[in-house]
Amino acid sequence: MKYVLMFIETEQYRKDWEAKDQSERDAAFEAVGRWFAEHGQKITHSTQLQPAHAATTLRLSGAGEPVMTDGPFVEGKEVVSGYVEAELADLDEALRMARSWPACPVVEIRPAS
Amino acid sequence: MTAAGTHEALARVVREHAGRLAASLVSLLGDFSAAEDLVQDAVEKALRRWPEEGIPDRPDAWLFTVARRRGLDILRREATHRTKLAEVQWPAQPEPDDRLRLIFICCHPALSRPAQIALTLRTVCGLTTAQIAAAFLIPESTVAQRLTRAKRKIAEAGIPYLMPPIDELPARLGQVLTVIYLLFNEGYLASAGERSHRRDLVDDAEWLAALLMAMAPNEPEAAGLLALIRLHRARESARFDSDGGLVPLRDQDRALWDRDAITAATALLSRTARVHHQPGPYQLQAAIVACHAEAESWADTDWEQIVVLYDMLLHLAPSPVTQLHRAIAVRYVDGPATALAEVDRLSDALTRYHLFHATRAELLRELGRGREAVEADERALELTVNPAQQALLEQRTSPDPDDERRTALSGGHREPGTPPFG
Repeated sequence: MKYVLMFIETEQYRKDWEAKDQSERDAAFEAVGRWFAEHGQKITHSTQLQPAHAATTLRLSGAGEPVMTDGPFVEGKEVVSGYVEAELADLDEALRMARSWPACPVVEIRPAS
Repeated sequence: MTAAGTHEALARVVREHAGRLAASLVSLLGDFSAAEDLVQDAVEKALRRWPEEGIPDRPDAWLFTVARRRGLDILRREATHRTKLAEVQWPAQPEPDDRLRLIFICCHPALSRPAQIALTLRTVCGLTTAQIAAAFLIPESTVAQRLTRAKRKIAEAGIPYLMPPIDELPARLGQVLTVIYLLFNEGYLASAGERSHRRDLVDDAEWLAALLMAMAPNEPEAAGLLALIRLHRARESARFDSDGGLVPLRDQDRALWDRDAITAATALLSRTARVHHQPGPYQLQAAIVACHAEAESWADTDWEQIVVLYDMLLHLAPSPVTQLHRAIAVRYVDGPATALAEVDRLSDALTRYHLFHATRAELLRELGRGREAVEADERALELTVNPAQQALLEQRTSPDPDDERRTALSGGHREPGTPPFG
């Protein structure tokens, strides 16, 4: 099955990241690099997204003209910061992969048709 | 045999065989939803026809035939299922752990807890949607919706039809044990008066725990949970008076306790402890209940041992409710003033928990602080919905200062497991 793992950043994660010094950041990048290497064969596609402030959101739900806002959600505290698409046997395999993700604290797993 | 006895025997047969059938069909068809619908249909037919026609010689084959016939009827579009169904014979060649695997699928952590419970009861225990709804006092449509969503999630999210790998087993077993424990709690706490039909849940919980232990004999916590359930059940006949009122543990007629069952459950617990040296929360809770079950009288209870066991339990699974029950035991080791001080430290965490207020009331009363005690009892009464507990508390808040039960640290209001009372 094809799954998309969406990596979700929180405000706290972002703050912690900004407080890290260069060597801590290097170590974090290394851990992510190892994770990608480890799961490389299953990953069919991956993208890191630009930070949330670069986002534009169009809300189509209300009456009248769609409302365009700057950023994902005005009240948003958690944003998707990147994703990978992987070919995996089942949800348990996806959970194992997500559990070993070394960076941001929330991962949403969605089967993709 | 009485009508209730017949019903119980029927339910037992259905549960045993429906679980096996469901487990086999899930592996044969590779489709949880289809398998489960077929079994459910067969169970409903059995519950309708067996009381009149008698239980067939081979109930499993009977259920299988009905399920297959129905399957061939409704699966017209599902060519693969039809072919498989047309080919299989009963007994299908089930892997020995088919049912165990089914329990693990039903209790997959990606499903919500209510969905895990509903799915386990329906698929593994063979309860109908109506029976589940009655057991939890929720609308049948809610149960139906939960089951539909859960089955859809299993299919769409790709929850596998597999036992978890060995390194994930302890965590996943924990989910299963929790579901069984919740079933037991639901049945045990509510097993008074009008809600007596919930006692079915206690049967189901015991049956599931026994099944789990038989299939995973190396998991000490499965044995611990089974011992816990059996120790509570051994005291069942003393829990209610002739009017259906809840009798607090200290007032129970211990001659009514099933001593053989207590001995057997205690032996299971010691055997597990000897082999595994791994006292998990269920084993510790069972050990606490065993201390009560083995005491000749309330006065003979080994309270020091109980406090030690609570300390171990708190170390593994810290919880304010467990602390509250430890404080109740402390009352008999260090006196009511020390116990009250411990209870009062929990006020932030437990202000919405009826037993917190009921316990405070009893300690306050013992310390001669009658007015505060009544206030605390009234608060407890506001917070419990269980009729038997309400009756007990009403009795205590009634204006009869000479009633001895008002001064009894009764602990009649227990949550099974953590608290050993009642």
